[in-house]
Amino acid sequence: MSDLVNIFLNSVFVGNILLAYFLGMCSFVAVSKNIDTAIGLGFAVVFVLTITTPVNWLIYHFLLAPGALSWAGFPDMDLSYLKLVMFIVVIATMVQVIEMMIDRFSAALYSALGVFLPLIAVNCAILGTSLFMVERNHTFWESTVFGFGSGVGWMLAIVTMAAIRMKLRYADIPKGLEGYGITMIVTGLMAMAFMLFSGITL
Amino acid sequence: MKITKRKAFRTLAGPIWAENPISIQMLGICSALAVTVQLKTAIVMGMSMTFVVAFSSLIVSMMRNWVPRNIRILVELAVIATLVILADEFLRAYYYDISKQLSVFVGLIITNCIVMGRAEAFALSNPPHLAFIDGIGNGAGYGSVLVTVAFIRELFGSGKLFGIKIIPESFYASGYEDMGFMLLAPAAFIIIGLLVWLQRYLAGD
Repeated sequence: MSDLVNIFLNSVFVGNILLAYFLGMCSFVAVSKNIDTAIGLGFAVVFVLTITTPVNWLIYHFLLAPGALSWAGFPDMDLSYLKLVMFIVVIATMVQVIEMMIDRFSAALYSALGVFLPLIAVNCAILGTSLFMVERNHTFWESTVFGFGSGVGWMLAIVTMAAIRMKLRYADIPKGLEGYGITMIVTGLMAMAFMLFSGITL
Repeated sequence: MKITKRKAFRTLAGPIWAENPISIQMLGICSALAVTVQLKTAIVMGMSMTFVVAFSSLIVSMMRNWVPRNIRILVELAVIATLVILADEFLRAYYYDISKQLSVFVGLIITNCIVMGRAEAFALSNPPHLAFIDGIGNGAGYGSVLVTVAFIRELFGSGKLFGIKIIPESFYASGYEDMGFMLLAPAAFIIIGLLVWLQRYLAGD
């Protein structure tokens, strides 16, 4: 249990998918101008990551990993080179399915997240989390917690950033540094603050 | 006609400086910065990226008249994924330790907005040879930012370039110290921010 808590804390703070591994930067820079859209996109990322990471774990461990197909009578099969394609397909499909389900069951949630869901299919944080999950040999539950934690960490970063950028509108920033440049520097300072959490274990 | 006026030259040179994908168009920063602790990994990453963009643009451009418009994204994704797997397996086979250091970041070229962006914005409406040149230009523009960041981080962070000690021992003897901060993630963000500022200043924007 404490393992899972540690994985969660680590993926939210120290190993933040955005601030420590630079994943999901494109949508981070583009969508952090407004705090409401940032919250919407953040929730959508948490949602998609929590579902796709364990699904990709199942796909990897029962279809692709070396020896994974032994249940079907092919113990020597190693399809792990297909993982990139499979993960992308799973993510795109899951995003589509989730979009349809939200549309069917919750109109309010759909109007809040709907526009962001297609964007997420190409967010590198989603694919990156699945690839890290394979590289770090997580178990099924660990990968679920890892996916959820990464999503929460990403959301924390983008919402904080949106709040800071709202304040930055009143700042007198040198010409040429406005917009993109200052966003990167502020992200750097945020990353520094998040590094203070390193070494915390429960 | 002067060479700088030719369309092919402008297609190649534009993305390297004036329309640089990272520092001007803000595309493809994901996965770009994690590999810039050392020059070696940055160069390999830049080369893999150039390979993928150039050939995906070439292939998408060659197929542009046959592929129906509404399934084009699927086809582009299939082309890109195949090329990325080729690059990844090649590195794994011949440069195993570099591939270990790059870890998941070669795979993440698939979701890099530059590749998809060039396929959509340029390759779909231009002939193959121009699309190929455009891909090389964008890969080189991406690579040049990566190499600049990596140069600064490796030189000041560990006093080395390509793993060889550059800062002489006498500096250390007289009190110089490596800036450990350069090796950490925040430094990459701050360097990129300052580079963007420098480039916009130089471009007179």
